[in-house]
Amino acid sequence: MHDAPAIAVSGLTKRFGDVTALGGIDFEVPQGTVFGLLGPNGAGKTTAIRILTTIIRPSSGRAEVLGHDVAEEPATVRRLIGLAGQNAAVDPNLTARENLRLIGRLTRLPARRLDPRAAELLEQFDLVAAADRPVRTYSGGMRRRLDVAAALVSEPPVLFLDEPTTGLDPQSRGALWELIRQLLREGTTVLLTTQYLEEADRLANRVAVIDEGRIIADDAPGVLKERLGQTVIELDMGDEARAAEAATLITTRLQRAPGREGPLLRLAAPDGSMLLMDVMHALEGDGMVPRTIAVRESSLDDVFLALTGHRTEDTP
Amino acid sequence: MTAVVTAPTVVERVYAPIHDGLAVAHRNLIALRRVPRLLIFSTVQPLVFILMFRYVFGGVTGRALNGISYVDFMMPGIFVQAAVFGAMNTAIGLATDMQTGLMERFRSLPMARSAVLSGRTLADLTRNVFVVSLMTGVGFALGFRVHTDAWRFLAGVVLVLLFGFAMSWIFATIGMAVGDPETAQAAAFPMLVPLVFASSAFVPVATMPGWLQAFANNQPVSATVEAVRTLVLGGPAASLVWQALAWDAGIVAVFAPLGVWLYRRAV
Repeated sequence: MHDAPAIAVSGLTKRFGDVTALGGIDFEVPQGTVFGLLGPNGAGKTTAIRILTTIIRPSSGRAEVLGHDVAEEPATVRRLIGLAGQNAAVDPNLTARENLRLIGRLTRLPARRLDPRAAELLEQFDLVAAADRPVRTYSGGMRRRLDVAAALVSEPPVLFLDEPTTGLDPQSRGALWELIRQLLREGTTVLLTTQYLEEADRLANRVAVIDEGRIIADDAPGVLKERLGQTVIELDMGDEARAAEAATLITTRLQRAPGREGPLLRLAAPDGSMLLMDVMHALEGDGMVPRTIAVRESSLDDVFLALTGHRTEDTP
Repeated sequence: MTAVVTAPTVVERVYAPIHDGLAVAHRNLIALRRVPRLLIFSTVQPLVFILMFRYVFGGVTGRALNGISYVDFMMPGIFVQAAVFGAMNTAIGLATDMQTGLMERFRSLPMARSAVLSGRTLADLTRNVFVVSLMTGVGFALGFRVHTDAWRFLAGVVLVLLFGFAMSWIFATIGMAVGDPETAQAAAFPMLVPLVFASSAFVPVATMPGWLQAFANNQPVSATVEAVRTLVLGGPAASLVWQALAWDAGIVAVFAPLGVWLYRRAV
């Protein structure tokens, strides 16, 4: 068990009636690493987390946490994990301190540790000032912080964070990222789901892209970015004919084929500004001036377009 | 990272449900204190019933009551009625719980699977202690008198509380089965009314038509009311008390496992 991966998933499926939420996924997370599960709403991220945290049972396949099967030894798995979900799972009528004490009691923390552990977490999550106010008076960001704190009460070796930063302001998001890095330094394994490519890139040692219940890419974020491009350049050529013409020029002169969608051309690269210069050079001699040029960080949508040929909204 | 995990010992298996149930009960009682309307509504309703029955039916006398004043006759019934109607809050509270994200976390914690239900029924038992105390005070103020002694009266109160606790498990199961508070209330109410009114709570069963007597004489509300009434007004109570306790034990034995089973299944 000492050498077991923190999380091992193989051939995992989950069906709800006729709907297949997970169509057989496989991945492994070594101890002490962060694994990112990246995908749009409805891709199956939350279903995977709910199976791994013993909330629901898989339809088939295996899922293990530190060598313990989640379906066969749920009681053991529950002592090894912490979960922070999408909907802040805290009691609104209790104060932050009472919430943390409750979770402490339910995770069998020794009674003398309840108060010190709650105080530590309140400090760590910047909730000291509001610690003794009912949670229903909290802002969304404060609730989310408390939710993550609650997942850490028992200092679990494996932590599941289901879209931990969705709906957080940039400052809170940054603070949470720093905290996840801190946990990682302490040896915790983290599985986090996210809709943000940037978040997966910044935190995860490895990222699996999930779409319609299947993993369509599983690699180090650097490799994914290399494959998919970090920066996206979008050229609006005005009409489809000019777009086709420009695409041919770029393909012959730069040895790379842009993606086409109506009058739009799209190119992704790790180094966007360099590519933009090259593209402009390739086009200028023939008077192919784009109507508009957009340069942006690649989004989850771009990743999906590159991997699946469809946009995230197309996901049924 | 070394994580040492051992299988739960026998002591833990017995201790865990109690420990966890009390932790969840504590959580529910904090909510009761912080959201006073929960407590106010569950207190006002029994008080309204006392006033109504005391003054609407208070003039009833006659052979059927065996010379006992109506207020003394009805108070045991009102106590039991309050315990039964209060149990409806168990269904509503639990159904409300099930819709919160907190349950998602609870399922991922190494806590006893029975704790969400036992925590709710134990909290409702504690609330009933408060409600029954208040009713006792109001009852005495309106002319209710104990014909036996303080110990027998206390024994009667304990029977009422135990019956309320047993009923809470029925309604915990209903709350788990229907899953949302509005439906829980709608489902609970029609079951409660015949149980409470087709019983010896407010009128002697002998005054009812024969077919209704058959039901009224053989159901837990009547059994509890008869035991409490005998404890309060006098007479040989032992066998009635045992019957009431048997109902309580039987109800918990059936509905506690059923409710917990539903909790395990419901996601």
